[in-house]
Order: sequence, then structure tokens, then C-alpha cells
Amino acid sequence: MTATPGRALEAEQARLVVRFLAEGAELVDPPVLQPAETLLDLYGEDIRARAYVTRDPLAGELMLRPDFTVPVVQMHIAGTAASARYVYAGKVFRVQEQGVERPSEYDQVGFEIFDSADPAASDAAVFALFSEVLAPLRLRAATGDIGVLMAAVQGLSTSERRKAALSRHIWRPRRFRALLDRFGGRSPVPPTRAALLQRVAAGEDVFAEAGPIIGQRSRGEIEARVEALAADAAEPPVSAGEVELLDEITGLREKAPNALERLRDVAVDLPSISGAVERLAARLDALTARGVDVHTLDFEGSYGRTQMEYYDGFVFGFYAETRPDLPPVATGGRYDALTRALGEAGAVPAVGGVIRPALTLELAR
Amino acid sequence: MTLKLGVPSKGRLMDKTFDWFGARGVGLSLSGADREYAGAVEGVAGVELVLLSAGEIPRELEAGRIHLGVTGSDMVRERLAHWEDRVAELAQLGFGQADLVIAVPAAWVDVDTLDDLDAAAAAFRRLHGHRLRIATKYHRLVREFLKLHGVADYVLVDSQGATEGTVKNLTAEAIADITSTGETLRANHLKVLADGVVHRSQATLFRSRGAVWGEAETAAFNGLMETLEG
Repeated sequence: MTATPGRALEAEQARLVVRFLAEGAELVDPPVLQPAETLLDLYGEDIRARAYVTRDPLAGELMLRPDFTVPVVQMHIAGTAASARYVYAGKVFRVQEQGVERPSEYDQVGFEIFDSADPAASDAAVFALFSEVLAPLRLRAATGDIGVLMAAVQGLSTSERRKAALSRHIWRPRRFRALLDRFGGRSPVPPTRAALLQRVAAGEDVFAEAGPIIGQRSRGEIEARVEALAADAAEPPVSAGEVELLDEITGLREKAPNALERLRDVAVDLPSISGAVERLAARLDALTARGVDVHTLDFEGSYGRTQMEYYDGFVFGFYAETRPDLPPVATGGRYDALTRALGEAGAVPAVGGVIRPALTLELAR
Repeated sequence: MTLKLGVPSKGRLMDKTFDWFGARGVGLSLSGADREYAGAVEGVAGVELVLLSAGEIPRELEAGRIHLGVTGSDMVRERLAHWEDRVAELAQLGFGQADLVIAVPAAWVDVDTLDDLDAAAAAFRRLHGHRLRIATKYHRLVREFLKLHGVADYVLVDSQGATEGTVKNLTAEAIADITSTGETLRANHLKVLADGVVHRSQATLFRSRGAVWGEAETAAFNGLMETLEG
């Protein structure tokens, strides 16, 4: 990527900030150093490979902020306002190990709406604003909705335990698929598990030759899981029909209005997604009301499943089709689950996104 | 300039490396006093022996301060990001075999696969309020492996030695470590997951992609390879 002259980048950043401020947002400036523990709790061990970790003798492990969303949510929760809009601009830091020649520090300008009144309107407000700002660059917009898939998993006619396992791995498509194959009876039971269950069924003491219990995981915990495995083995497989419905959702790639129609068809057989599908419909109406042409908008059923663990509803990204070497110019989405994980008082509905000014500059040239 | 060959400076790994080269007509030996890390090379011209700690050889290869180096393939994969871009594998030497494995207490009768580990980790985190800890010194290899297989709700804790003891000492719930026979694992009441082999390591001769390869080094390299290949 070509180096962006400092002054041009500053001007581009300022232009975006001013535009976002005009939407009634408050400018915030979270610290670059963030407590590592919060981020580790949210993202897991993967974040260590992606974020720069450092150490402070008093504060312990710290990270150079890998994104703004977490500190902005914390700031909002600590404050008193029920609803608010925020804008921020500054650097984020990501370790780039995967071979691609991408900068390990780059600027983001972001805009976030915290508001419980009308989620569809807030979704549309953020997306329409980004569309307007990015319009001169003629980017391709991709959208999705993690909420539909989450609702679909909840609607499966299978045990709560299986649903919880699938929900937990919505953001890891490969493991999600492996679990679904197991629960659907399409992949064989591992021989070790079959042997264990046989011994349980025969009334044998499965701990007999296993050695002493060591470490923090207690015998009770092990027994509880053995029981759970036995119960799961007795559970009928998830029907081929339901697996097909999930495949239909995850494989969906259509223009938004067609996608809505397809999802309404799926909802006939899987009514649990009706609420999420109607939220999608309301969002498309709200987007149309704001002048977005939804007929040209791409909708992908699996969009946002790989990188953005905290998004749990509407998701979107803007891409330069002529420059497949570039990362997305802008990304965003709804992250109610993140506010639930960070706040003690429950979720605060929130939606927002970031633009990379170095990319908008480069593409405008 | 000479072609610099980095070899582990002590122990079985050094002896076996000397044996391996010796059997192929290249005499490597320690020269000078007993405790001096200087070596001699016989049988080929223009090659200089550099004795280094096995753990430093990846870094020296990456920096191009040595042209060739013998070390465990686990070391190279753990210590060099994009190792394939930094070094090339010339030969697997057939000794120093050790597997990097994920091991859990043998008493965990419910956990035999990564799938089980992931489920146990989820339940463990809910109950104990912290992630399931895996003690290791192979952070990169283990993290990439667990990510590839979609294991969540774990955290790696650093352990530079006596890793098998961490579970009993309550500083970890599971481990990821090198084992050759599994004896130490068994003695510590641990078992390897059926699909828990992260990497099968052995002593390997690597070529640095970052070193300066002038005429002299290339000639010495060709001479060395011809001799080795007999």
C-alpha cells in the first residue's frame, strides 16, 4: 500500500469526522492502551495473535487498541445517557502475520448509535450515512444478518444443549459445520466416545483405570459431561430437512429484496426466524426511506461470520471491486451482544461502523 | 566468504548431527579445548561450523547469519512467522523425533478429541469463571492449531519447563508439549488427545533464504550437497 501523505490523511479524517458530527454525534477519544483482560475475555486467545500486547507494572497486561468499539461501549455504559451517538478517529493496531502486505497500524473514523427506540431506523441511519459518504468511490456494499442464523439455530427441533453448542460456534463456520454434521448423524461418532458410552451403558465404572483426578476440573464436572454425552447419544438426529434449511440460510447470496423473499419461504418451515426476518424487512423499508436502493444491495447469509464475533444482527461492508488487494474500505454492524457482555445492566442496542480514511483517499485519487 | 553451517552446540542433538554428517563423508568435530564452542569441518571445502543453541538456530537462519542450520522442525515453525518464506527444508535427518501434542488428565474420561476439549472448555468457563488454561511454550503452533480446529474458551499460559506438572500444581488444566515416548505424560497422569498431534518434529537441515549467497557460498553449498548425497 502506498504511503499516504500526513496532511492529506488528516484532512480526509477531519472531513469524515465533521460529517459524522453533523449527525448529532459526540466526539470521543478512548485511550490507545486497553486492559488486555477485557479483550481476551471477549475475543479469546485469537486476539493475542492479532493485537500487540504489552505490560505495565501496575495495570498488568495491556493491548494497543485493536478496535474502538470496546472502549466506546465501556464509555457509554459508564455514562448516564440512555441514547447517544459517538464519533471517533485514530489509529488501531493489528499484528499482520498472515502474509498479506497490510499495515499493522492504520486510521479509522467511526460512528456509533446507542438507541433502543427503533433498531431498524438506527441500522438504516448508519448504513445510509456510510453510503452517502462513500458514494463517490462507487464501492460494492455487502450486507448480512447474523440474527437470522442465530434465530434459525434456536428453532431447531433438538436439545437445548445442541442449540447452545451451535450458537457458540456461529462465528466459527468450520466447527459449526462439524457440529451440525455430528448432530445430523452425517458424521460417525468418534470411536473413543462410542467406547465410553458402551461402558456407561454396561454399568461399568469408567473411572476405574483412568488415574487420579488432578487439576481444577473436578470429578463432578467429568461425570456431568459423561451424563450429557449419554443423553445426547439418545437424542434423535437433527432432521435432514432442518439441516437443509440452515444450509439455505448460510448459502444465501441474493439482492436484498430477493433474499427477503427466500427467507420468508424458509420461515414457513422454520418459524423461529420470523421475527428476525421481519426485522430485516423493516430495515429494508427504513433504508428505502433514507434513499438507499435496496434492489442493488447484496445480501449474504454467511456475511460477518468469520471476523466479527461481536456482531449479532445487521452486518455490512464496503469493498472496492477494482481493488481486490485492498481490505474493506468500511465495515460495521449491530452488536447488542457485546454491550450485554460488557455491561452489568443488560444489553444496550447499538450499531455502528468504521471507515479507513487512508483507503478512501487512495481510491479517490 | 565461507558457508556457515549452524549445529546444536551440545548433547545428543549435536552428537547425532555429527554422526549424520560423518556417515555421509563430512567430518564435523569440536576443535580446541573441551568447553570452547569452535568446530572443524573435514571432507568439504569452504564450510565453517558454527555451534549454537538449538533454539537460536531459527533466528540465526532468519537473519542470514548462518547459511545452513540443523534444528528441530518444531523450533522453526514456532519461532519464525511464515517460516517457509525464511528457510527451506533440505533434509529430514531421522532423529530427534518428538511430537508436539495436546494432553489432558487421563481421568478426563469424557475428553478424547478436540471436539471434547472444546465442549469441556465451554462448561469449564461457565463454572469456574475463567477460560480453560493450556500450559505450553509453543504459543504460535498451538494457537494456530486450535484456531484451525475451532476450539474456543481456552487460554494459553506460558510454561518454559516442567510443563507436565502444571496441571497437578493447578496452574493449568491441560498442556501442549513435546513428547517422544509419552512416558513423562503417563507418569504425570496425562493422556494425548486422539486428534491432538499439533506437529511431528524431527531434526532437520534448513537453508536460509535470507543469507547472502555469493559465488563462494554457492560453490561450497554445491560441494557439500554433492558429498552428502554421495
